[in-house]
Amino acid sequence: MDRAFAIICLGITLIAVLALALLLASILIAGFPGLSWSFIERYASRIPEQAGIKAPLFGSIWVASICAIVALPVGVATAVYLEEFAAKNRFTNFLRINISNLAGVPSIVYGILGLTLFVRMFGLFGPIQNPAFEIGGETFAIYYDSTGEPLRVPVTSRNETPSLTTGSIGYIQDVLDGPDGELIFTNNWVPIPLTIVNVDTEFTPAYGVISAIDVVEPIDYEIQKPWYYVQFPFGQTVLAGGLTLMLVVLPVVIISSQEALRSVPRSLRAGSMAMGATRLQTVFRVTLPASIPMIMTGAILAMSRAIGEAAPILVLGVALFITDVPQSLMDAFTVLPMQIYNWTSRPQEEFRALAATGIIVLLVVLLAFNAIAVLIRQKFSRPLQ
Amino acid sequence: MQLVRRIVTTAGIAAIATALLGAGGTQDLRRLRGTITIDGSSTVYPITEAIAESFKKAAPNVKVTVGVSGTGGGFKRFAANEIEISDASRPIKGSESEACLEAGVEYIEIPVAYDGLTIVVNKGNYWADSMTVDDLKKIFLSDSAPKTWNAVRPEWPDRAIKIYAPGTDSGTFDYFKEVVAGKKGTIRSDMSVSEDDNVLVRGVAGDEGAIGFFGAAYYFENKDSLKAVSIRNNAGNDVLPSATTIEDGSYNPFSRPLFIYVKASSAQKPYVRAFVEFYLKNAASAAREVGYVGLPDAIYERASKAFQAGRTGSSYLDENGKKKTGPITDLYK
Repeated sequence: MDRAFAIICLGITLIAVLALALLLASILIAGFPGLSWSFIERYASRIPEQAGIKAPLFGSIWVASICAIVALPVGVATAVYLEEFAAKNRFTNFLRINISNLAGVPSIVYGILGLTLFVRMFGLFGPIQNPAFEIGGETFAIYYDSTGEPLRVPVTSRNETPSLTTGSIGYIQDVLDGPDGELIFTNNWVPIPLTIVNVDTEFTPAYGVISAIDVVEPIDYEIQKPWYYVQFPFGQTVLAGGLTLMLVVLPVVIISSQEALRSVPRSLRAGSMAMGATRLQTVFRVTLPASIPMIMTGAILAMSRAIGEAAPILVLGVALFITDVPQSLMDAFTVLPMQIYNWTSRPQEEFRALAATGIIVLLVVLLAFNAIAVLIRQKFSRPLQ
Repeated sequence: MQLVRRIVTTAGIAAIATALLGAGGTQDLRRLRGTITIDGSSTVYPITEAIAESFKKAAPNVKVTVGVSGTGGGFKRFAANEIEISDASRPIKGSESEACLEAGVEYIEIPVAYDGLTIVVNKGNYWADSMTVDDLKKIFLSDSAPKTWNAVRPEWPDRAIKIYAPGTDSGTFDYFKEVVAGKKGTIRSDMSVSEDDNVLVRGVAGDEGAIGFFGAAYYFENKDSLKAVSIRNNAGNDVLPSATTIEDGSYNPFSRPLFIYVKASSAQKPYVRAFVEFYLKNAASAAREVGYVGLPDAIYERASKAFQAGRTGSSYLDENGKKKTGPITDLYK
């Protein structure tokens, strides 16, 4: 009887493992031939052979990192509070039940929450394209001079219209001539005195020479963004994406951390207290180190979920086609699952092979994040002795 | 290889600059700077993606991003002033137009390509070679909803009908519903529905009694495994979908135009202007490349003129915001 049960269990396990192996094999067979360095290095394209996955790859890494950096401390801290400090009363019970319920909420609901809370901030700070608050960026008004060259004029905010006169200083981008006649745009902006010419006067187009009608209002504003630049509302940016995914995984992190803390034997805490340690010392020196392996297992599950989510990100209204990788918290992004889904739904067969290759990249990213979690587990966990 | 610094002196540059600007004042695309945010229909996405990809090579400092929030979702963001251009697989609705105008968003309507909606059956289906819209009404409307093929036409065999249809949120479904069910009718709900058209392709290919519909691009890619049904057009001819019949308008009523809507205030920015002009110039070839059909040249010319003149509003809405229907060649002047 015992043997029979063991065999049944083995059979069931094998079915699961076999299904996984088949899935992996089919994806590897379909996707491996397309895997190459240029696939990683290129942006999306209408021509399958030239299409790459750079933008979604970097987008996913940014978003997942933000998600992990925020969700882990917040989740573990919540669990520590609920397990170690909170009194057992109706209120904390209410909290616990609600957190468990949140873990079962479909991720698309968090997407809608993220859209109002992070992307639009309830509309409290104005429209996304003209945010009420900006921190850390340099704002420039953009004009075009008579040669068609863009000029930057530093301003304090997007609402400022600089009054330009002859002699005002604009900044012109230093552009180099490449070997094949293409232009190489440097990050060097050279000051140039402006000459404003009357509308009726005839003049030869030259750098820094602008017709008076062209300086009435800037064509556009441009923000030079260091990585820490933040605007309110966030808009469809990596920070909003990362925080939305944080909402998705937070309940999972909290619950697994609670389970981990609960599994630490009472005697350890009692021993620590008996030695004269405070509750805080007990948490940091005894309870947390003992529960780190389980907390990290929970983190792995949470991150796997975050990296694979397409629905909440899609709801935020983030773009799919992007030809840049994020450089700051306030840059546009896209994620791997969105690109993979788009490729699977294209009519051309070749795009479906690309989707398989994309899935391989997604799996590698997933494994990389999990490897980091395993490393943390190795480094910080102290075995119970 | 020596790189030459271009900004050395301002003397001697004037000559180059005049040459660059030329008589018509056309701008060197490479010098444009800016960000263009586009969102909307996933049907139009492949065309816009193709254009944005080529435009990136011409104007490397203009950042173009394209989203896939769907036609309705795109118009919502358009009205919220979040995007410069909205992709749409159907003309703007009266309510959406109102929302835009209330928010102070004036728009320029630009048709960019045709998509032919294809009615497909299984390869093994020997009976249904051609159908009329009335046949389709019988099959798809919820008040008739036959279970077998011979309930549609008595000469057809007694086989179960299995329907595969795109998701009800898609512009494709909206368009089909408009043609077959009109305003009041409802499409039956006992269908296999998928947002992924490839699932529909596989469904119809694997079921002899199946019928389905989706964009012509999916049929062109899967000609070997599917059979397209020719449709009786308003001239009384049975017409199969092909690039020729869709473009010359004989494949009706199931060919639909695809659009982009450009925010009028953004259209004044030189990089948005350059992008839209680039779009119009390359729309036909980009459309063909990704499986759609280009519009007649006359329509592109009209669109170009409308854009140059900054003509706002939709040709598909009358003064009272009511929908107008008809072929694009008649409506879009």
